[in-house]
Amino acid sequence: MTTISSDHVKASPTSDIAFILKKAFISAAIALVLFSLMIGIRTEAGPTGQLIYWTRFDDLAAIVAAVFGGSILVEALRRWVGPIRPGSLVPASVQGAVAQSSRFLAPALLVFALFVPVIFYNQRYILDLGILVLTYVMLGWGLNVVVGLAGLLDLGYVAFYAVGAYSYALLATSFDLSFWVCLPLAGLFAACWGVMLGFPVLRLRGDYLAIVTLAFGEIIRLVILNWQSLTGGPNGISSIPRPTLFGIPLTNDDDGLAARLGIEYSPTHRIVFLFYVILGLALLTNWVTIRLRRLPIGRAWEALREDEIACRALGINTTTTKLTAFATGAMFGGFAGAFFATRQGFISPESFTFQESALVLAIVVLGGMGSQLGVAIAALCMIGGFELFRGLDQYRMLVLGMAMVLLMIWRPRGIIGHRAPTVYLKKAEAISSELVKEGHG
Amino acid sequence: MSDPLILSVDHLMMRFGGIVAVNDLTFAAARGQITALIGPNGAGKTTVFNCITGFYKPTGGVIRLKQTDRADIALEQLNDFRIAKLAKVARTFQNIRLFPGMTVLENLMVAQHNALMRASGLTFLGLIGAPSWRAAEKRAIDLAVFWLKRVSLFDRADDAAGNLAYGDQRRLEIARAMCTEPALLCLDEPAAGLNSRESAALSELLLSIRADQGTSILLIEHDMSVVMEISDHVVVMDYGVKIAEGSPQQVRDDPKVIAAYLGADEKEAISVMESGE
Amino acid sequence: MAYFAQQLINGLVLGSIYGLIAIGYTMVYGIVGMINFAHGDIFMIGGFIAMITFLILLSFGVTAAPVVLLVMLLVAMAITALYGWTVERIAYRPLRHSFRLAPMLSAIGMSFVLTNYSQVSQGARVKPLPPIVTGGYTLVEHEGFVVQLSNVQILVVVTTIVLLAIFTWLVSRTRIGRDMRACEQDQTMASLLGVDVDRTISMTFVIGAALASVAGIMYLLYYGLVDFFMGFVAGIKAFTAAVLGGIGSLPGAMVGGLAIGLIETFWSAYFSVEYKDVAAFSILIVVLIFMPTGLLGRPEVEKV
Repeated sequence: MTTISSDHVKASPTSDIAFILKKAFISAAIALVLFSLMIGIRTEAGPTGQLIYWTRFDDLAAIVAAVFGGSILVEALRRWVGPIRPGSLVPASVQGAVAQSSRFLAPALLVFALFVPVIFYNQRYILDLGILVLTYVMLGWGLNVVVGLAGLLDLGYVAFYAVGAYSYALLATSFDLSFWVCLPLAGLFAACWGVMLGFPVLRLRGDYLAIVTLAFGEIIRLVILNWQSLTGGPNGISSIPRPTLFGIPLTNDDDGLAARLGIEYSPTHRIVFLFYVILGLALLTNWVTIRLRRLPIGRAWEALREDEIACRALGINTTTTKLTAFATGAMFGGFAGAFFATRQGFISPESFTFQESALVLAIVVLGGMGSQLGVAIAALCMIGGFELFRGLDQYRMLVLGMAMVLLMIWRPRGIIGHRAPTVYLKKAEAISSELVKEGHG
Repeated sequence: MSDPLILSVDHLMMRFGGIVAVNDLTFAAARGQITALIGPNGAGKTTVFNCITGFYKPTGGVIRLKQTDRADIALEQLNDFRIAKLAKVARTFQNIRLFPGMTVLENLMVAQHNALMRASGLTFLGLIGAPSWRAAEKRAIDLAVFWLKRVSLFDRADDAAGNLAYGDQRRLEIARAMCTEPALLCLDEPAAGLNSRESAALSELLLSIRADQGTSILLIEHDMSVVMEISDHVVVMDYGVKIAEGSPQQVRDDPKVIAAYLGADEKEAISVMESGE
Repeated sequence: MAYFAQQLINGLVLGSIYGLIAIGYTMVYGIVGMINFAHGDIFMIGGFIAMITFLILLSFGVTAAPVVLLVMLLVAMAITALYGWTVERIAYRPLRHSFRLAPMLSAIGMSFVLTNYSQVSQGARVKPLPPIVTGGYTLVEHEGFVVQLSNVQILVVVTTIVLLAIFTWLVSRTRIGRDMRACEQDQTMASLLGVDVDRTISMTFVIGAALASVAGIMYLLYYGLVDFFMGFVAGIKAFTAAVLGGIGSLPGAMVGGLAIGLIETFWSAYFSVEYKDVAAFSILIVVLIFMPTGLLGRPEVEKV
């Protein structure tokens, strides 16, 4: 009978350290090769137009050293703390408390949002940030209908945002129509484009669907960029009128709101007004989505995501289901676009790039597809976090990219790890995200 | 005078490139009866199902669904969801296709999609919460509950369909098909993977569906105990052609059928049978 | 007619560059079923590394074109391949068994990282380069229009053909190629039969990156410049090419690449330069309407 010697059972600490050091050396060596030319050498177009370069070996050394140290740190943590799993990081009791409190989180956030302009009345920066966050929350909720509920992978959502923005801008500047009249029209135009995108992609699956939607987004951007007579091309459209409160402008004029109410005019009024407009639009999006989920159309969207063939076997017309999903998501994107145009007063094709589509998609996936609350939290974190890098503008995309990679590795299913059923007999049991399908497009 | 037949398949052909999966198949299913389609693996039974339910377009032949008060529907010309919607033909799948991320109850509600869409006024009445919509929704839940009780899944109504045990999932699929209130129910190997107790319960369920709802049933099945117990009529296929047809007893004693299952030829089968007597 | 011939030549050359990048996309998709959004940026990194290598050689007085080209090729291929390997290790391997959107988002994130990394480390301005390979041949002179075939163009096409030949041999005749094909069909079974799946997948990314780096060098030689954003634009077009040809099909990638190159060149020549990309994308959409799996793609049959 053989006994297993204890040497095999327990690895000695010295071999641990040797292993960690070896890994760190390899990582540092790889980093050295990768960064040798790109960081070690800096090129630039010289004064006579030809290319010159200079060396930055100290930067290179610093980064390689950082990789070396970081590798040691990561390996050490992995050995002595164990693999990082979201479950084990937080003790069970805390997790339970968080789950309980999540029921109150949504109403709490809503109340907070309602009072933001009151609390931060004099901080223009915070109000602007709030408007930006709410715009992305609305975009996230709109895309959520397409990607989260119906499982249709849309990489070109920015197209509908752009259609909405340009529709409003053109209608308002050419026909002098008010924001409130143009808003539904913008949504309508965007929804039409949504249907137009939907038709070619009906038979496409997964990644083919993704590339076509991406191509669609790029086509819209390129057309806007080049159709100068209509859209102003790269110069965009400016002097877009601001929204009015039932026809009363929020300006410093005599017929402005401040004059009518007899209070002193302040530019903050308009900002607060815009804040509540976007908040209202976002809440409308949310309300419609929640109601639609409980109606046959919304259930059909989710069933489409779960199993398209089973849907067809039940007599569901998956073509119209897909088209309505695209149209509804597009409509909300159009509303958001119209708001964006009126808020900025100026739009140009630069605001409607693939990066925007990717950002909104990231918000939807990180939030936990299909979850309204998750999308809102994800938008808050991502856009809020983005803003923290205001000073380090040039590193923003780098950090965003790394954040996306790390978040996907840590929590691929998103923050909210479950789906709430839309109808129940006795008790609404949350369904774990592990069971929920992601859809094949 | 209602037609005694519900489904007639005439000279059905299904070709995939060079392979002929179904070759000149003709049979009929009687209204209000249980017809079984059996045969060794690879005989083409699921292909026939897919042709009937519109998931494949037949290369040739005619499939007629006969209705009591209206003209026949030519199924070979319709696609899948229209067959389910207009011809009221429901089906289950060999590999179980539920909506795993939705609850049991939600699965049954999705099945009633078309009726609910009409009642919700293409969603608009539903959005405003009109009383007619609310009444329709309640009716739909009642129908779902009725079927949940029939398949003994009432206690699992709020559980995720993906969390159910295998036998429960099979029964859920049948309940979901019945929620579409079909005239013809097509079941693809409903007893696959069930133990003998579960198979007996399945037989009982199908017999009660025939008796109480009057639904005609067409099923593919390998479990002979189920086939023998509940079928009124049996069609046997092998290599894409029909090799026998008749009552369960007739088919069971048919040497062609035995030969097909055993992989032997007919003469051998007859000699084995005679020596066994 | 001569104009047409010139555009044909130009289109084929551009298409070869796209094709080389498209092969990387299609290989990765075939084996792990993901769209490597960062692949276009790997192409860009390849171009940058080649440019920097060239500068260093120049400053050391090495000017002989064949030597310069060879060193550029080897250095860029090696380092870019390492980039490809690293990206796979960090961003994709942990997500291999996750659901489909996770690696896609991770890839998009990686793409942002690489683009920004290049922008930050080398500055945002376009980098012009003196021509390394010059000269060419006048093929035909017709009605005052001259059809020219430059040496660079010949180099690009010849390199592409040579690489394709090597690559085809690699995939069909070598062990690693066989492993790749096995993993493409059934990863689990391949691993049960002793194929090192992790290593095979890494090799796929490495080879794809190497090919993309060659495309980057060709681009650099042909257009004489690199900038940090070229990866995104070329990446979308190359990916469009891969899908057009039928993603998962290697000859399809090349066919798609040539198609996109030709469409782009002809549209700019005969219609408008501004809308050339719109033309390419629109053709993609039209093709996919009628052939949902691309020109040479394998139809995916879902079992009912």
